[in-house]
Amino acid sequence: MKAIKCECGHENPYGTEFCAACGKPFKGGDSDQLINMRYEGSAIRSKTYNKTIIDKIWNFFSSVKVGVTIIFIILVAAAIGSIFPQQEYIPSNADPATYYEDRYGIFGKIYYLLGFENLYGSWWFITLLAALGLSIIVASIDRGVPLYKSLKNQRVTRHENFLKGQRLVSITPGSIPFEHIKGALIKNRYKVREENGNILAEKGRFSRWGAYVNHTGLIIFLVGAMLRFFPGMYIDKVVWIKEGETAAIPGTNNEYYLKNNNFILQTYSKNDKQYKAALQKAGEVPKNYESKITLYRAKSKPVIGELPKLEKIKDGQAKVNHPFKFSHYGIYQSYYRQGELDKMKFNLVNKKTGKAYGPMTVDLNNPKTEYDLGHGVEVKLSRYYPNFYFDEKGLPASRNKSPENPAFVFDFKTPETPDGERSLVAIQQTIEANKQQANKYKMKFAGVEMKDVSGLTVKKDLTLPIIIVGAAIFMLGVVQGLYWNHRRIWIRQKDNETWLAAHTNKNWFGFKKEIQKISDETGLIMPVDKVEPKRS
Amino acid sequence: MAGISSTLLYCAFIIYLIATFVFAMSISDKKGREKGAAYIKRWGRIGYTIAIIGFICQLGYFITRWIASGHAPVSNLFEFTTFFGMMMVFAFIIIYAIYKTNVLGVFAMAIALLVIAYASMFPRDISPLIPALQSDWLKIHVTTAALGEGILSISFVAGLIYLILTVDQKVSTAKTKWLEFIMYCLLCIVGFIIVTIISQSIGTKEEFSWKAWKDGQRVEQTITYELPVLIGPPDGKLLTKGGYEPFVHAPSWMKGEEAPKKLNTFIWSLLSGAVLYGLLRLILRKRIAAAIQPKLANMNDDLVDEISYRAVAIGFPVFTLGALIFAMIWAQKAWTRFWGWDPKEVWALITFLFYAAYIHLRLNKGWHGEKSAWLSVIGFLIIAFNLIAVNLVLAGLHSYA
Repeated sequence: MKAIKCECGHENPYGTEFCAACGKPFKGGDSDQLINMRYEGSAIRSKTYNKTIIDKIWNFFSSVKVGVTIIFIILVAAAIGSIFPQQEYIPSNADPATYYEDRYGIFGKIYYLLGFENLYGSWWFITLLAALGLSIIVASIDRGVPLYKSLKNQRVTRHENFLKGQRLVSITPGSIPFEHIKGALIKNRYKVREENGNILAEKGRFSRWGAYVNHTGLIIFLVGAMLRFFPGMYIDKVVWIKEGETAAIPGTNNEYYLKNNNFILQTYSKNDKQYKAALQKAGEVPKNYESKITLYRAKSKPVIGELPKLEKIKDGQAKVNHPFKFSHYGIYQSYYRQGELDKMKFNLVNKKTGKAYGPMTVDLNNPKTEYDLGHGVEVKLSRYYPNFYFDEKGLPASRNKSPENPAFVFDFKTPETPDGERSLVAIQQTIEANKQQANKYKMKFAGVEMKDVSGLTVKKDLTLPIIIVGAAIFMLGVVQGLYWNHRRIWIRQKDNETWLAAHTNKNWFGFKKEIQKISDETGLIMPVDKVEPKRS
Repeated sequence: MAGISSTLLYCAFIIYLIATFVFAMSISDKKGREKGAAYIKRWGRIGYTIAIIGFICQLGYFITRWIASGHAPVSNLFEFTTFFGMMMVFAFIIIYAIYKTNVLGVFAMAIALLVIAYASMFPRDISPLIPALQSDWLKIHVTTAALGEGILSISFVAGLIYLILTVDQKVSTAKTKWLEFIMYCLLCIVGFIIVTIISQSIGTKEEFSWKAWKDGQRVEQTITYELPVLIGPPDGKLLTKGGYEPFVHAPSWMKGEEAPKKLNTFIWSLLSGAVLYGLLRLILRKRIAAAIQPKLANMNDDLVDEISYRAVAIGFPVFTLGALIFAMIWAQKAWTRFWGWDPKEVWALITFLFYAAYIHLRLNKGWHGEKSAWLSVIGFLIIAFNLIAVNLVLAGLHSYA
């Protein structure tokens, strides 16, 4: 692997296609054939070495073909994942094992069996993203470093064969004043360097770094996205708080507490002039979801089942599009349930006389077991079924802890009935325990209190600043690379001739117009484009 | 104000139509070929001026509708698609200023017209914003994304011109067939518009009751067809008195809300597109692309190729900014996370990845000319898919229309 020493004296690394300094092509010799200007003919590691395992891995990931293939695979995979909703978007009470088949038939079943219901979180999709990241890093280093060196080392005077090998070349006979050409180039905002009657005029070189800048941004972005999996960086929880209640904010180690003062749901008025036509078709359209909340900080250690001493920090609201923020946390209005049963009231009534004791209030989420109604009347709540039904054996049971259909077994004692009576009370039905003899007293329903419940998302994401920096760098790099062009014009005066050769990395149309302008101003002959339309 | 707004949109449509004809005349008129460049240049300038007047008109529509509705008019399919058409015209105005090619005018204006006409097939009522849309990011994110897509569409327009220009029409090949397929797809949109307008003027309306999925359960629902019913809902019962029973019923697994109706509309588009295509072939007696090809004779294909690429180079960063970065900022505020693999997000990412691949293939693998042109056509298909199919078929969080 010997270095290549050019006749101009510059030493080029093995694999170089033309001298970085003077541009003499090492292959092809004296011909009009176009020189491949990509990466300035520099020795790209992946094109030069292919011996060891590391070389092979390096070469694999540095290949643009491989990179683009990975992009296409990710693209197709992403599309597949969008055919049916991902698991997180199906109704929360549905069982994915049956839902996909019920809802989408045989295709849904296959989709679920292949694990596509969780495609974006699957190991192979993450691996693809990681492979893309690796490809971006390797390819950027592989090409970026030699390109930088070549552009830095380029000399003003270029070898004749280099000039001949450009896409735009012209030779103007006769003498044209050197200063005149230089002036025209400077007027067109070129940076001009000169050496022994030769000129290198260059502009927009920084656009060549755009690709590397945006790739750096992408890598920062991907790293930011990965950091989420480190403990403490990311919290995403939901807390349901009933109106009037206070709950610890999950993920804050019981440091912060939140009180839900009020949940507000507003809809557009049907008589709204502006939107009348649309509202008549659509029916009820929500206008606002909002929870009025108060934030507290704990002043003491919490005891299980009880709230610690709380210090109020601030009032505020969590509204769709306007989360409530404190320290690194955001509280988002995400869900709600309206009109949830909260408390039930009962009276104990003498069936014959109608005399009533009470009322007593049962908190459906946290019921007391004993109730003293005065006058020696005591009621005991022996059993509580928040979501009541009769099971297969015909025994009372509860489906879950949510008080959707509450039922109670009450034991009550009055001075008249010192032995006590028992009955099961559910909505619309009462069953008495003693079958032989009817009870003297009954529990009579006396009203209900309902509350709204806010489902609030608690979010902490310390990776956001990194993500933002990555995205910003990416945008800068993309604009830098795509909105500017790297244009170069070489002028060589020798033997009463002036040579002009020109190269741009893209947008030849605009470049040619510019050279036409320079040609008009200086009298240099406008080069003929060697890449003319193939069509006759 | 809403009345003025609709009138302005109507005017813009007519003016765009005139601009299209002026551009078409400037390249196809026989006099033009005799009189040469000066003639083409003069009529090009006239067409360009008319296009700008049309754009100003549509801008007027946009502003007056904004005032009338109290929010940026990009909140449902009609408004967004109309705006997308407007951004295509805007992108054309920019690109024409650089390259001054009249052929681009013909195709860009015609396709923008098609987009705007298609938009008007959706409900045009001024509708209120649901809470999720009540944000300044609605105008920022949606307009930037639409502008990016508009610029990228010009890449498709130039790519299509390139293909018509260069694909050899002497023999029938896979290329000529695919090119005809693109023509057919465009005609399907025309067909859809014609069928819809005819049905609306006759007042076709049929109702069926059937069981559809909603929120994880099958619910008895009424489905209203505004087009004649070819495909009825599975096990649907005709409710309209004197209505016609459908030709066939949709397959029984098709139980999404409104799904059979969408299939019906889709079939109508395909059929009417086929009729239009057949008629055109009968009249022209050759492939459509072959009929257009001679009109483009004095185009430089290298220049068209560069226009197509330039549009991607300008549009890609705008699209990324609008459809991904601004989208992520808003999603973080509204949905608690900047990225959630919602179908619209996924397809924005797919669009991004696709054009990223386009750029890499072009810059590193030398995919110029024809390969590049085919890619730009596929790119537009992806954009159209994201605009139409994701909202109508895949649904998800973005289905506001």
